[in-house]
Amino acid sequence: MRRFLLARLRLEETMSQLICKDLKLGYEDIVLVEKMNIEVKKGDYLCIVGENGAGKSTLMRTLLRLQKPLGGEVLYGDGLSPKRIGYLPQQTVVQKDFPASVREVVLSGCQTSLGKHLFYTKEDKDLCRKNMERLGIESLAGHCYRELSGGQQQRVLLARALCATEDMLLLDEPVSGLDPMVTIEMYDLIRKINKSGITILMISHDIHSAVRYADHILHIGGDYFFGTTEQYLASPVGAKYLEGASEND
Amino acid sequence: MIDKLVFYLSYPFVRYAFLVGVMIALCSSLLGVTLVLKRFSYIGDGLSHVAFGAMAIAAVIGLTDEMVLTLPITIFSAVLLLWTGQNAKIKGDAAIAMISVGALAIGYLLMNLFPTSSNVSGDVCTTLFGSASILTLKQSEVILCTVLSVLVIALFIAFYDRIFAVTFDENFARAVGAPVNVYNLIIAVIIAVIIVVAMKLVGSLLVSALVIFPALSAMRIFKSFRSVTVCSAVLSVVCTLTGILLSILFGTPVGASIVAIDLVAFIICVIIGRVRLK
Repeated sequence: MRRFLLARLRLEETMSQLICKDLKLGYEDIVLVEKMNIEVKKGDYLCIVGENGAGKSTLMRTLLRLQKPLGGEVLYGDGLSPKRIGYLPQQTVVQKDFPASVREVVLSGCQTSLGKHLFYTKEDKDLCRKNMERLGIESLAGHCYRELSGGQQQRVLLARALCATEDMLLLDEPVSGLDPMVTIEMYDLIRKINKSGITILMISHDIHSAVRYADHILHIGGDYFFGTTEQYLASPVGAKYLEGASEND
Repeated sequence: MIDKLVFYLSYPFVRYAFLVGVMIALCSSLLGVTLVLKRFSYIGDGLSHVAFGAMAIAAVIGLTDEMVLTLPITIFSAVLLLWTGQNAKIKGDAAIAMISVGALAIGYLLMNLFPTSSNVSGDVCTTLFGSASILTLKQSEVILCTVLSVLVIALFIAFYDRIFAVTFDENFARAVGAPVNVYNLIIAVIIAVIIVVAMKLVGSLLVSALVIFPALSAMRIFKSFRSVTVCSAVLSVVCTLTGILLSILFGTPVGASIVAIDLVAFIICVIIGRVRLK
């Protein structure tokens, strides 16, 4: 309890939204990440990069409290609760033929209010409309989700995530499967959301875009790095992977 | 033909059949979309076999109202299946196959070992295909069916927003802190109640058709969750009424008639869906 209070106190001093302390990630007896220490402040744009199977998704699940860490702890501060993190998961098979209108999907981002009310309230519906306008999809409100293009679907899920948060978005590969033009649009959109004061945590494959848009980089799997983008570019880890990535291009 | 119908409708048991038919059709169609999309269709099928086994046990014990036994057993199995589906030691579908076929075998075995009437195969046929059981309902059964149906409909409406959320994206729901396991449990219980009640109408083999068909048909035409749900409810009631009507007029088995009409409706919906695309 005392330790918790102390940690709490320290968090409030620094006003970080999220601190991972000696976090050890993995499942059963496979350790993916040992002793991860990161700190995220309000308005940061953090990209989490690393190869497949490096533990990026495991980290996301841990931050969302869907999974327990093997060791260490995750602390939330600056008014952030894990339930108020907007989450953009990768699309599931179920959604491919789900009969749902855009409005219905976005509205389901307001689920936290269902803890107190039987149905979505008027405020929820207003919030839903506001976020659809914010992402330029209000004209699609009555359309069927499964008939939209990949980029439009991502916007819908992003609007839903925004309904769930005012503080932090967690994006799991938000541009996977999108064509180049739509990918750029999506990145611009995310940057716009970030500029409005919402912290962005994004998993990405694309190291070049990561260093272009994000101000912090977390690199896990094999090599480990956490710091600002400038530090990453200057570090041996960053140099190695950026070079590797351009060879693949 | 109208005369014949009016003549039949003057009997209370025929009116009961229509009342119960409408109630069952309504509640069985509601969860169809969730079942289809969550890949739970097979759970409905498995549960109906379990209910058959439970019915056989009830008959052997000599219970006057077999729902007293079938309802708890089916609800218990539903919860169990959902649970094994999540903590998959035995893969979900394998577990279902095991439980459902096992229950079917034990049910048939019991009915043969302890025959309650001279016509065992007739009894089995009735339980599997529901032949005429809807027309032989006692008043107490009608009341029980109605109460359970109303309960299912009320639960569905109360949890409508949550059922949508958990069907569309379980991970997102978990992430924002929704008690997903509780919702899944409620869905499982509703499914079990629907199966047991709907068995009265179409028998245990045809139950899943009653649950799945209207939803599949509605999904061909409509594009939002709400419109699909409303459409499948309407479709289900219309098909069931038509089925009962035809079976009375032409003396065909009730359950099979209803499912056949459901199938026709599905084909029509597929065609409408295709035409709309062009």
